[in-house]
Formats: sequence, C-alpha cells, structure tokens
Amino acid sequence: MLQLLQDTEEGILMSNIYKAFDNKKAFIGFLTAGDPDLNTTKECILKMQEAKAGLIEIGIPFSDPIAEGKVIQEANIRSLSNGTTVEKIFNMLKELAPEINIPLVFLTYINPVFNYGYEKFFKECQKSGIDGIIIPDLPFEEKEEINQFADKYGIDIISLIAPTSEDRIKTIAKDSKGFVYVVSSMGVTGIRSEITTDLESIVKSVREVTKTPAAIGFGINTAEQAKHFSQIADGVIVGSAIVKIIERHGKNSPEYVYNYVKSMTDAII
Amino acid sequence: MSKTKFGIYGGQYIPEILMNEIKNLENAYEYYKNDEKYNSELKELLTKYAGRPSLLYYAENMTKDLAGAKIYLKREDLNHTGSHKINNVLGQALLAKYMGKKRIIAETGAGQHGVATATAAALLGLECEIFMGKEDTIRQALNVYRMELLGAKVNAVTTGTQTLKDAVNEAMREWSKRTDDTLYVLGSVMGPHPFPVIVRDFQSIISKEAREQILEYEGKLPKAVIACVGGGSNAMGMFYNFINDKEVELIGCEAAGLGLDTEKHASSIAKGRIGIFHGMKSLFCQDEYGQIAPVYSISAGLDYPGIGPEHAYLYSTGRAKYVPVTDKEAVEAFEYLSKTEGIIPAIESAHAVAYAKKIAPNMDKTDIIIICLSGRGDKDVAAIARYRGRDINE
Repeated sequence: MLQLLQDTEEGILMSNIYKAFDNKKAFIGFLTAGDPDLNTTKECILKMQEAKAGLIEIGIPFSDPIAEGKVIQEANIRSLSNGTTVEKIFNMLKELAPEINIPLVFLTYINPVFNYGYEKFFKECQKSGIDGIIIPDLPFEEKEEINQFADKYGIDIISLIAPTSEDRIKTIAKDSKGFVYVVSSMGVTGIRSEITTDLESIVKSVREVTKTPAAIGFGINTAEQAKHFSQIADGVIVGSAIVKIIERHGKNSPEYVYNYVKSMTDAII
Repeated sequence: MSKTKFGIYGGQYIPEILMNEIKNLENAYEYYKNDEKYNSELKELLTKYAGRPSLLYYAENMTKDLAGAKIYLKREDLNHTGSHKINNVLGQALLAKYMGKKRIIAETGAGQHGVATATAAALLGLECEIFMGKEDTIRQALNVYRMELLGAKVNAVTTGTQTLKDAVNEAMREWSKRTDDTLYVLGSVMGPHPFPVIVRDFQSIISKEAREQILEYEGKLPKAVIACVGGGSNAMGMFYNFINDKEVELIGCEAAGLGLDTEKHASSIAKGRIGIFHGMKSLFCQDEYGQIAPVYSISAGLDYPGIGPEHAYLYSTGRAKYVPVTDKEAVEAFEYLSKTEGIIPAIESAHAVAYAKKIAPNMDKTDIIIICLSGRGDKDVAAIARYRGRDINE
C-alpha cells in the first residue's frame, strides 16, 4: 500500500498538470479551438496565460457534443464551418509551444480521436505540448479504449465525477491522473446562477482516495462563484462564459478574454 | 464478448453523469424481465391494447405477379399506433413505471416513436416529453399535433441539422439534467448498453411470432427475411429468432436516398465507417475527420447516420447482409404494394418491399420470403404525393 501511494505521488509530481495546482488554486479556462479562427485561439490562449490561468482546456470541435449546452455547441459549429481540423489544431499548438509555460489539455469527444487513430493522436499530443485529455463520452468503463496510448506518450486522461456518481466516486478518483474534473451540477455545460450540489462531500470523497487535485466545473461564471468553489476544491473551470466573450467579440476577443480571466484569477489566487 | 458489446461493437460511451442511471436501468431490466407480474402485465398490454399477435399475411397477388418466391408480410402496421414501435415502448414505459419513474422522454424522427411513446405515457399515466428536430416538426406537423393530443410536450430541436440525430442529442442532454424521476425511452436498437439489448428483446416478438406462424402455415422456415434498417429496431426484431436458423438469410435494407454515388443517402453499412457516437461503437456516416455527416432519405424513419451495434456485428460476421434501396425504388414499392395488395406500407417498410420485389422473381416457387411490414403508410401519403408532383395538404 505504501509503495502504491508513493508511486501515485510520484505520478502526480511527474505530471506537468501538477504545476497548475502547485501551492495555489488553479483557474482553468476553456475555449473551442478555431472559434472564430485558429489565430484568435492562439492569441486567447496567450492572453489567458498572461492573466494567470493555471491551465487551459482546448476544445477540439465535434459535430455533436452531447455534454455541451448551447453556447459551446454553437462554438463547435462555428469552428467546424471554418474548416478547423485536428491536424490544424496540432499545427497551431506546435507553433505556440515555445511561448507556453502552463499545462494544456484537450477537451473533445471520442469519435474525432478514434478517427484520427489513437496512437497517432497521442503521439501528436506529446509533440504539441498537450499534457492531458478530457473526453466527456468516454466514462471509466470505456477508458481501456485509449489507456495504453495515453500512457505511452505521457498524456493524462482526466476523469470526470458527476453529482450522480455516488459509489463510483472512489473508484474513479483512485485511478485519476492530472486532475479530477468535478461536475458541479446536473445537465450540460452552461452558465448557472445557482449551484446546489453538495460539492464539499464529493471533493471530500475524492481526497480520501487520491492526492490528484480536484477542480470544479459546469456553470461557473462570476468571480464570487469562482472564489466560493476554489475554497472547496483545488481549482475552478470556466468554459461557457469565456466562449460567450469570444462569440461576442470575435477576432477582437483576446483583450476581453484577458480582462475576464484576470478578474477571475484575482478573485481566487 | 463483453457483456455490453457485440464483438467489438456497442459499449457505453456516455457522460459519467448518466452512468449510474444506465446501470440502474440495466439492473431493473435484468430483474423485471424475469418478474412474473411485470411480464403478465406486459403481455396483457401487447395483446389487449396493441393488438398482438400481428398477422402473417400471405401476399398472394404479389407472389403471382412476381412469379417466384412465396411472399409473406409480417403486419406490424396493424399494431395500435401503426408501427412496430409500440412493442418496445410498452415494454420500456412499463419498466419506467416499475422503476418508480414519473416521466418518460424520447427522441423521434418522423414521429412514429414519439407517437407510440406519447400513447404509452397516456395509458400508463406518465408525464411525457418528446424531442424532435425542428425540420421534422415542420415535415410531420400532423404527428406533432397527434403527440400533443396524447398529452405529450413536443420540443422542437433547433441545434445541428435539426433532424433525428439532433433529437437524440437533445434527449440525452435532457436526461442528463434529470435522471431521478425520468427514463429515456430510446426508440431503436442503438445507444449505450443496455438499450440495444432491451429494444431488441422487446422487438424480438416479431420474429418469435413470425417463426411460429410460418411453421404453422408452411411447415418450413423461410429462405429469407427482409426488413428496412435505420437504427435497426424492426430489422433486429425480425431477425432475432432466425439467427440460429442458419438456412434463413437475413437481409436489411438501408436507405440509399438519391443513390450511393451521391452524398444524399443514409447507408451506414454501405458507405459508413466504424466510429463511436451516441453511446456506441458501430458504423456511422461521417466525414474524413470523424464529424458525423448529415444524412438523407425520403423516409424520416431511416434518416439516421448510424446503425445499431448488433447489426454492425451481424454484418461483420456475415450472418446478415445489408443492401441499399433508393428513394425511387422505395416509392415505386410503396405504390406497388398499395395497388397489388391494397396495403399502403410506411415508406420505411417500402424499402424492404422494394428489395423483395428485386429478388423474388429469381427464386424458386418453393422458397418463402417474409417481409417485415414495420408500419403503415398513412403518414407518408402527402409526402409521396409531393414526390409525384402533387401538392396536397395533410
């Protein structure tokens, strides 16, 4: 058991994602790659980094993102209609890599990854400075699908835990890498004015079995919410609110994204 | 083979938020499928409400006209609500009730599954919400009103291509908002495990009856059974009890729309590739980047970019074969069966009739074909009139 724990701890220390949580609360920002275009995405990533985001989730667009609310669904469609592909996203990231000093993870659905070829995909992730991947339609039971490839190239598969996970929390958390994504409430992504799930007890269950940091996402958009949830967990994840800014300001969004992320990181760090 | 898969196909590729509920459903199904009370209640509903067993009708005129194999029609069109959909819906809605759910939700394309679900909800006193692509609510306005008449709330889905695939997306999103009192009544042999198994089991009554009926009437098994395939529920129901009868050929008819050489089709087996979508690993129409492709068929019920995992498996092992049938062939068969037998088939089922028309003349007079007539064609009359250049109001 002791040996196992040490291995796990070493695993965490080795993961680049750990940097996001190193002695601080992490603000995790999400955007959809290619919305409105890959150049703007690049600028927005840099601006989020400058605004002290601890980690950035980069969405690879998918035609049918079943865990997303309207805001991110539409970003996926905008990006795809601009001709964004996995290949183009890898190229953008390779150009960006020298300027990036925070961990980056992908968020996407399993089909674009499967279609690209698992081995090739994870190899490219490694080459592009990607540290982890979140796949909402790949639950614990189906992780086998990509485990060996992700391991081979050192990419952490980020596990999700939902308000309905109950007895599954410990099983999932025990096996987690990078960070644990705690889904704040029922439903899909999108801004919510109130979150009533007992997140304290979920995070407590997670911490009982792992040292992997836990971050809360889904519905968070105000600085007050960010502050509140960062006190419960190790980090907060904000997606729809950022995507909305990008939707509104298009190519001019990097400055606006900076200001917003700054207000959020100021509230929690 | 894993419990959740058929060979490499199937699985449970869904968000964590739904995993416990999917397991609840699986456990409840495993329990109630052997429960005497549940089964006797379901049997009662199927016989006294839905009108089972359905007829196995000898299509004598068609047989004479084609001068080949002897043709039988399994008349699922005679079921209450006019299609095979009721077989599955009664099973699942009753299961929802036994599980203590107060509300059922469902996706629908043309509206047949929606109407069947709304019907079962009305009968069993459950709240009901249907998700239907906005495009389809316009094309099938009559069915929208029909569902509302039955007390269901119909949500027009405005995301994506606004058709069946988007209705499934939206129903899944809705389910992930509310699982405690709600069951998603999936309409086909697709989605995450256990849906492909549950829907197949409820639909397998089609082949159970047909097999008994043909043995009674003819004293032998058919040479082939033919059914149309979208997601594949009537086909799976028609195939299931014949799978072990190796001499019976199983033929699924996919919608080839305007033709396989165009992009306007819904043939996931002929033109699709392996992928993972809507909770399952199976065959899907998709672009080179793994984005799900918009599909097309004159038949809204076959207008789906994937196929159930058990079909993908039967295809991969060679046990079943799948053939493309175009809009044009289906419309001709629609008209043919109407004139020859006085039976107006659903445009979906007309795809199976079309293929039978093709192969029957080349078969022996001692051979038997059973076509699954999955639904009646009243819903399609206006669309076929339009196809023939006559604009009539529904």
